[in-house]
Amino acid sequence: MDTSLLMAQAAESSEPEVDFMIHGLFSYELFGQTVWITTSHVCILIVLLILIGFAIAANITMKHAKEIPGGFQNIIELIVEMLDGMVKSSMGKNAASFANYVGTIFLFILLSNISGILGLRPPTADYGTTFALAIMTFSIITFQKFKHQHVKGVLKGLCDPWVFWAPINLIGDLAVPVSMSLRLFANVLSGVVIETLVYTLLAKIAYFWPAALHVYFDLFSGAIQTYVFCMLTMNYVNQAIEDGEY
Amino acid sequence: MEGISGTDFILGCSAIGAGLAVIAGIGPGVGQGIAAGHGASAVGRNPGAKGDVMSTMLLGQAVAETTGLYGLVVALLLLFVKPLVP
Repeated sequence: MDTSLLMAQAAESSEPEVDFMIHGLFSYELFGQTVWITTSHVCILIVLLILIGFAIAANITMKHAKEIPGGFQNIIELIVEMLDGMVKSSMGKNAASFANYVGTIFLFILLSNISGILGLRPPTADYGTTFALAIMTFSIITFQKFKHQHVKGVLKGLCDPWVFWAPINLIGDLAVPVSMSLRLFANVLSGVVIETLVYTLLAKIAYFWPAALHVYFDLFSGAIQTYVFCMLTMNYVNQAIEDGEY
Repeated sequence: MEGISGTDFILGCSAIGAGLAVIAGIGPGVGQGIAAGHGASAVGRNPGAKGDVMSTMLLGQAVAETTGLYGLVVALLLLFVKPLVP
């Protein structure tokens, strides 16, 4: 348990080696702490490069947007309309200010989950990634709470039925990022573990049919968990805003 | 009990604990089954709303899955990170 959860221990020699861990590539010293650059950093970098390349291509295409869309422009408009519709259907009139954030994390998480099919270890199977995403969502929720309910409203909501309920309400609030990040992390990790077990322990008969595993765990489960993460983000933020309007 | 070192004993107990932890999967299984059953009956009553019922059901099932995944995380920690081994 040094730098990150489930980081590889010293490799012991045992024959079919089941290995789904994160590997440290190289380390450096920062303020007396050893910081590791791991494989998930590299995978995140690849995912980000793909997304940035897509964004630049989309930007160039939309600058020369045509009246009758064709080819790539169609795909971009489809994606943007889908994301906007998703945010609008669950946030209503607050949709305009959060469509950017939700759309961004949707695309990032979706591509991260799907990247298992490209042979990467999905970056979302690292607790550091998902916890960072959940912390971002949590800070947005807290900020919106203080903005729309003010300090008085937040304190009132904390002592909801009774003053002595405050610790329980506080734990309930703090559990939000933990449960959101663990849900995403454990779902992706379970897919990684099962695929690795099949590829190493059943290596003799693992031909063609593991593709079905990839379709279920990477595509189906990954897409659903992405949707769930964004849905919960929107619901919590919407609740924080609407509680201040009464 | 002679040839068993303390570390081996802890590892064996960790394996038993991991096995017990994944029993947590029973709950989400039952819950998801109930959700799917109600979803099926809802589609039977109103086939036009199939898309909405489907997405709501999948969202609820994915949230209900969380408790089982907590058990999985505990089991994986016990087996691979070995927090109890000194």
